[in-house]
Amino acid sequence: MSQTLSASTLLWVPLAPLVGSVVAGVLGTQFGGNLIGRRACHSITILGILIAFVLSAMTLKSVAMDGARFNETLYTWMVVGGLKMEIGFLVDGLTAMMMCVVTFVSLMVHLYTIGYMEEDKGYNRFFSYISLFTFSMLMLVMSNNMLQLFFGWEAVGLVSYLLIGFWYNKPTAIFANMKAFLVNRVGDFGFILGIGLIAAYAGTLNYTEAFAKSADLATLTLPGTEWMLITVICICLFIGAMGKSAQFPLHVWLPDSMEGPTPISALIHAATMVTAGIFMVARMSPLFELSDTALSFIMVIGAITALFMGFLGIIQNDIKRVVAYSTLSQLGYMTVALGASAYSVAVFHLMTHAFFKALLFLAAGSVIMGCHHNQDIRWMGGLRKYMPITWITFLLGSLALIGTPLFAGFYSKDSIIEAVMDSHLPGAGFAKFAVMAGVFVTAFYSFRMYFLVFHGKERFDQNPDAHHDHHDADHGHHVDHHVPHESPWVVTVPLILLAIPSVLIGYLTIQPMLFGDFFKDSIFVNMQLHPSMKALGEAFHGPAAMAIHGLSTLPFWLAVAGVALSYVFYMLKPEWPAAIKKTFLPVFNLLENKYYLDWFNENILARGARALGTGLWRVGDQTIIDGAVVNGSWKLVAWVSGSVRKVQSGFLYHYALVMILGIFVLMTYFVWLK
Amino acid sequence: MILTLGHFLSLGAILFALSIVGIFLNRRNLIVLLMSIELMLLAVNTNFVAFSHYLNDMHGQIFVFFILTVAAAESAIGLAILVLLFRNKSSISVDELNTLKG
Repeated sequence: MSQTLSASTLLWVPLAPLVGSVVAGVLGTQFGGNLIGRRACHSITILGILIAFVLSAMTLKSVAMDGARFNETLYTWMVVGGLKMEIGFLVDGLTAMMMCVVTFVSLMVHLYTIGYMEEDKGYNRFFSYISLFTFSMLMLVMSNNMLQLFFGWEAVGLVSYLLIGFWYNKPTAIFANMKAFLVNRVGDFGFILGIGLIAAYAGTLNYTEAFAKSADLATLTLPGTEWMLITVICICLFIGAMGKSAQFPLHVWLPDSMEGPTPISALIHAATMVTAGIFMVARMSPLFELSDTALSFIMVIGAITALFMGFLGIIQNDIKRVVAYSTLSQLGYMTVALGASAYSVAVFHLMTHAFFKALLFLAAGSVIMGCHHNQDIRWMGGLRKYMPITWITFLLGSLALIGTPLFAGFYSKDSIIEAVMDSHLPGAGFAKFAVMAGVFVTAFYSFRMYFLVFHGKERFDQNPDAHHDHHDADHGHHVDHHVPHESPWVVTVPLILLAIPSVLIGYLTIQPMLFGDFFKDSIFVNMQLHPSMKALGEAFHGPAAMAIHGLSTLPFWLAVAGVALSYVFYMLKPEWPAAIKKTFLPVFNLLENKYYLDWFNENILARGARALGTGLWRVGDQTIIDGAVVNGSWKLVAWVSGSVRKVQSGFLYHYALVMILGIFVLMTYFVWLK
Repeated sequence: MILTLGHFLSLGAILFALSIVGIFLNRRNLIVLLMSIELMLLAVNTNFVAFSHYLNDMHGQIFVFFILTVAAAESAIGLAILVLLFRNKSSISVDELNTLKG
């Protein structure tokens, strides 16, 4: 690669996965007549992702080292009035970093899938879907305009829908994918309203052109109201991010999305797709910086998500759901960072989180495979003897998640907490409390899961459902039915490869990403109004110093306390949690029912909407349109003609009488009245 | 007694009224209906003649001839229809002739 980036090279980054996806999806399935087998399918898709990854890495290198940038429109789809709809790429630090994260995690997940989906009938279909996902996600992050962003946004949503419902004969999976799709529609509605407002007032969909007009936008108000236009735009855009990044109250789809196979939970519902909202807000930072109200809103929503979704993780027993709630909570952290104007910190956490959360999900998947598709952590325990590689990598991932100094999660999470501490927006007080308490909660549920799965008594032979719990993808290791086993190398190698960045990436990249100029032309922060980043930079004296300093700060001790408490509860005194559960039954019930949000959505929102629909159908359609307008008109005609027909009796003298009376009337009129 | 225009007009009006009553009251015989129509025309003729004489204008009396001709033709056609009607329905009772309805 030279100093500049060439369009054809960049084009191959999304196209290589697309080609792989199309080949695997058409030739490898019944649709194209099963022309190629499993080996060919996974080879070609992995090759596609590998090409994309290598090109992304080269792009990242030339962006980071040589300062290369790319911002060009490659194809004009159509021009409507002055509004151009184009396909183009914008490659800067933010994009290059996202490209590498997406392709790297995707590559790991592709490898892992070879092992995980080994026995599944939909093997080729699965590879086609995840490659299609990679294509869509790359289109999303590489876009230089909002239309292409929206296209990628919807395409990743579509693939997410397809993959949550991958086992389409499982009713719960179908319910979950429908739920994910519908909840995302709510968010997308806000998102497209935001894009529409930008298109209407800035007259362009291109990022650079729209941001150039942001100062003009900031002075306008929404017609007919006193709301600042920029606030409305930002909140609309953020509602889109709330749907995609599963922020309260649109988070309800993410835990249910765990119905899908584990590799996609790692790729889509932890590492990449759900962070699209965070990426979008960071990309739109020149707009968000102009609205303190929107930033406050973002911070409060993020704080609610970070803390309250963490609580839910404490009581879950499904290993994937614990990780899912942890993802929600971490997404909340990123959102809080966005609200504090620390966009680069949010993106930094996005990156570290992508590695360690993908690692945790894949390790959880490895545990699930090892336990013969049992997902209930109550029936695991003592697995470290049987699955040493999974154990070590899972431990590393958990340590990164809770923010142990020197691990990747420490740098990003501590920076978020510091950034919130320096924020002065309304709502920052609550956010400070939430992120602090969240550290304790994160440590507690992470290590609760860790201890229950890998330590303590071996309980995997006590599962009452063990013989009924097998679904289609059962691995068929029926010989040693209850004894867990380590996973094959295609599963453990991605775990190891993901464990390396989970440990190191924070230490290596915090300097350039947060305080260097890596994001200098991607992310815009108004330092005067929002001084968080400035304060962070002043307090930063190198990653090693930060780690040492971290040992003496409150978050570290909160995390230690969380780990210690979980050790006491689940290793030393296993009877305590049950006693506490009995004492605080109402609280437990509240958590067990996920704050009754699902209940509210299903019984109030969904039923209310259905009742409204039924009402409109009954009253509006059936009664007024069908009854009064359509049937009413013929009934009126029939009634009138029915009564008028009686006048025509057929008797001559009646007709004669009418004629004569008519003549009298006319004569009276003409002779006397005229 | 001097016959004035009023007498003639009264006679015409009486004739006309009689014929109308004949049309309405008659429920039996279609011939009576035809006769009533003739009577109505005669009442009109009487008026024409009276006005013609009164105004010294011969046009009215010419018109009377027209009307007489038309009345004769009309009676002929009416009677012919009547004969056909009787052949088909074996009745000329007005009460039974009610097929002309919606």
